Amino acid sequence: MALQAIAFYLLAIVTIGSGLAVVSVRNPVHSVLFLILTFFSAAGLFLLLGAEFLAMLLVVVYVGAVAVLFLFVVMMLDVDFGALKQGFARYMPLGGLVAGILAAEMIVVATAVATSGAASGPREPMAALDGLSNTETIGRVLYTDYVYFFQAAGLVLLVAMIGAIVLTLRHKPGVRRQVIADQVARNAQTGMRSVQIKPGEGMGE
Amino acid sequence: MTIGLSHYLAVAAILFTIGVFGIFVNRKNIIVILMSIELILLAVNINLVAFSVYLHDVVGQIFAMFVLTVAAAEAAVGLAILVTFFRNRGGIAVDDAAVMKG
Repeated sequence: MALQAIAFYLLAIVTIGSGLAVVSVRNPVHSVLFLILTFFSAAGLFLLLGAEFLAMLLVVVYVGAVAVLFLFVVMMLDVDFGALKQGFARYMPLGGLVAGILAAEMIVVATAVATSGAASGPREPMAALDGLSNTETIGRVLYTDYVYFFQAAGLVLLVAMIGAIVLTLRHKPGVRRQVIADQVARNAQTGMRSVQIKPGEGMGE
Repeated sequence: MTIGLSHYLAVAAILFTIGVFGIFVNRKNIIVILMSIELILLAVNINLVAFSVYLHDVVGQIFAMFVLTVAAAEAAVGLAILVTFFRNRGGIAVDDAAVMKG
């Protein structure tokens, strides 16, 4: 049990510390790298809770896809990030005050709910049910009761993919593009023409 | 010294607050604002998974998965809009995006 407490505090401190670094470091590339660290240690917290499937999903989706997408965009855009950082010191005291009050309130409410409120029932974390793994338990519920939601999530991803492509697709002028209708409509008459070329003049265009 | 539900909820609350704080202090840098939104959604996911595990109900983890899906879609579309905005304006300062202000 002590080992679990040590692991929890280590992961929690790394998560919160790198989360703070995400919003406060000057260089956005470092910011993205700290975001990766945050998600990685949050995945560790999920493992500690016993939600292995979501922990792996977090690593694959966030560290593997979203963070790399952020990294690409940050490195692709040639932006003067020093100019964007001004105003940081001005908003710092008010932001810190609001954030401190918000955190204190939420921790008080969370502790109350967890110790004597609605969620104070079972003290022990969920063990694997009847020898089923966490992934299998999720699959049994996800593909039966929540199958329509699952398909809707797939639709959301499809729409997001099409939207991102449509937004960033750019047609350069002067690029010869394939026109399939013209290719299909070609026949022996239109596909070839004979030209009389006078000597010394060439065909021109 | 046992780790209970309230410990995880406290971590999620602090992470959520860091996300809100990041939106406050980085008002000009839209990339950091997007990353702060990701932090907020991660905090929500920690809450969902912690409640799911301690209330012995796996539905919370399924909901966390849907939140993850929507967060990934949101990041993709947000960054695509950002790239388009950068191409049109040559910069990403949020102050420039006031064309539609009434």
